[in-house]
Amino acid sequence: MAEPIPPHPATPAIEATQLTCGYDGNVVLQDLTFAVKPGEIFFIIGGSGCGKSTLLRNLIGIQTPMSGTVKFFGQTFSEHDMAARRALLKTFGVLYQGGALWSSLTLRQNVALPLEEYTGLSPSEIQEIVALKLSQVGLTGFEDYYPAEISGGMKKRAGLARALALDPAIVFLDEPSAGLDPITSRRLDELVLQIREMFGTTIAVVSHELASIFSIADRVIMLERGAKGIIAEGKPRDLAANSRDPRVIEFLHRGDLPT
Amino acid sequence: MAARPETSNARVAVQTKGDAMEVSLGGTWQITEPRPSWDEIRGVENPARVRLHVDDVGKWDSSMLLFLFGAQQWCRVTGAYCDTEALPEKVQLLLNQLSTSHETSVPFDRSENFLITVGLATQDVWVKGKAISHFVGECVLSAVRLVRNPAKFRWRDCLVEMQQCGAMSLPIVSLISFLVGVTLAYTGALVLRQYGGDIYVADLIGLAMVREMGAMMTGVVLAGRTGAAFAATLGNMKANEEIDALETLGIPAVNFLVLPRLLALGVMMPLLALYANALGILGGMAVARGLLSISPTAYMVEMQTIVSMGDVMVGVIKAVTFGLIVGLAGCLRGLQAERSAAGVGQAATSAVVTAILFIIVSDAIFAVVFNIVGL
Repeated sequence: MAEPIPPHPATPAIEATQLTCGYDGNVVLQDLTFAVKPGEIFFIIGGSGCGKSTLLRNLIGIQTPMSGTVKFFGQTFSEHDMAARRALLKTFGVLYQGGALWSSLTLRQNVALPLEEYTGLSPSEIQEIVALKLSQVGLTGFEDYYPAEISGGMKKRAGLARALALDPAIVFLDEPSAGLDPITSRRLDELVLQIREMFGTTIAVVSHELASIFSIADRVIMLERGAKGIIAEGKPRDLAANSRDPRVIEFLHRGDLPT
Repeated sequence: MAARPETSNARVAVQTKGDAMEVSLGGTWQITEPRPSWDEIRGVENPARVRLHVDDVGKWDSSMLLFLFGAQQWCRVTGAYCDTEALPEKVQLLLNQLSTSHETSVPFDRSENFLITVGLATQDVWVKGKAISHFVGECVLSAVRLVRNPAKFRWRDCLVEMQQCGAMSLPIVSLISFLVGVTLAYTGALVLRQYGGDIYVADLIGLAMVREMGAMMTGVVLAGRTGAAFAATLGNMKANEEIDALETLGIPAVNFLVLPRLLALGVMMPLLALYANALGILGGMAVARGLLSISPTAYMVEMQTIVSMGDVMVGVIKAVTFGLIVGLAGCLRGLQAERSAAGVGQAATSAVVTAILFIIVSDAIFAVVFNIVGL
């Protein structure tokens, strides 16, 4: 029986060690150490400006950490070996906040591009995969639309289809629910669960949407601007019920501090 | 499903019993790695029944689905029975999704026939012509309103733009004007030397730079430098809904964004053109000294015999006009930009093309008009 699970579950899917990141010498996050298990839905949460997106940029290699390491299934980006870097890049997909679709390409072309770049599939096979991915995110019929011709929610779903094009082992989602109506947001959450269920994909989500956090997160780390690091780690419901840190309680209870 | 980078070893075992074919998939199936195709596996066999198994598969992804889908499609076309009962539920579900998306995903043709294309292009010319007239009219009306109420004008923005399109353009304007003077002098010297009229190279350079090339070259340089920047800035602002935010506050974009830029270019262009004239004349002087052994004094004295204040004014009038054209083209294309990265790029390109086109057209009109009025 085929089971889409990683063969070495002991190796973390993502492992950050003593990670310090920032801009122009200004430290935003200091000495972060955490690990994400394969197949886990892992949320990076915190208020605005706490460094969630900065952490994501450092994890996916867009920004170089000031110090520390990030490993994916035990492997790290190598600055000197482009082939190794490309091999590693194939294993994860990223959904950016605004979808980040290439505006000069149709949705079909957007999703097809990673397949054209990284696989030896024939054009017709690529079209089959593209149609499947777009149908999985509910965009059948919109394949030949340009990003400018679709709504914000559709752009996010198309961005997710593109992120999933290569069936990545890890998917990073940057604020997937931001700016979406509650129904679309819930459908996106269901889609995330379905992807994990079907493929055993590890999913790292940057978000501050409480509804999503409580409904789909297996585990969260909470960042705080003042602390420049992780102030809480665990299952969201456990944290909401048991944490004694007022910052965690305030965040997870929508600003209502317990009396 | 793929969980870590690993080499694919996708394999397929086939067993034929009578007219039935047992197809067993095994190994690791990764979309980024090579895999067997259904046609390769089937070979020359034409089974009436195909049974698919994936019992020996470790990790898999869309690569395996494509293989199974290929088999399923072949069965559908040839009428063979495809038995997928042995496949896990997840795989069956994904195969159904793939099958559904295959049927419902029909590409639509965006191309139009020739007549429609010509009709749309004609309509487009008309619409764009109207848009330009409307925009120019709006700028004139806004300018009149601001003359009546100058306190409302964005003087600070205007000064910043003046610095950007004026002082910051000096290096490129200097280089180009000097080299234009050098080129003109070399070309003129080729002809004039044959008739012993070397000294007239000063007249040629003086007149050409002051009446024509100073303003024209500055206009072209600013079209590429400043006009494109205006279009890109305004296009980005439109994409970020900043212009919508202005409009909803009741602040016309023309007052807030366009007029300061237009005034900046209208003021700085004649100054830059005068500066370009001087540099062009200097370039010509350098060639005259080096190639024709004409002293700078003789060069200047000869030039002043033909270049009058009227010629300088002709150049200045052209420069003001070219400046306004560059500003109008840049701002108009920026405000018309589509709300996307590609739209911003197209706006910048279109701004440069529009500005240069109108500079050449207006220069030709000026030539005719100045000839009629005797300037």
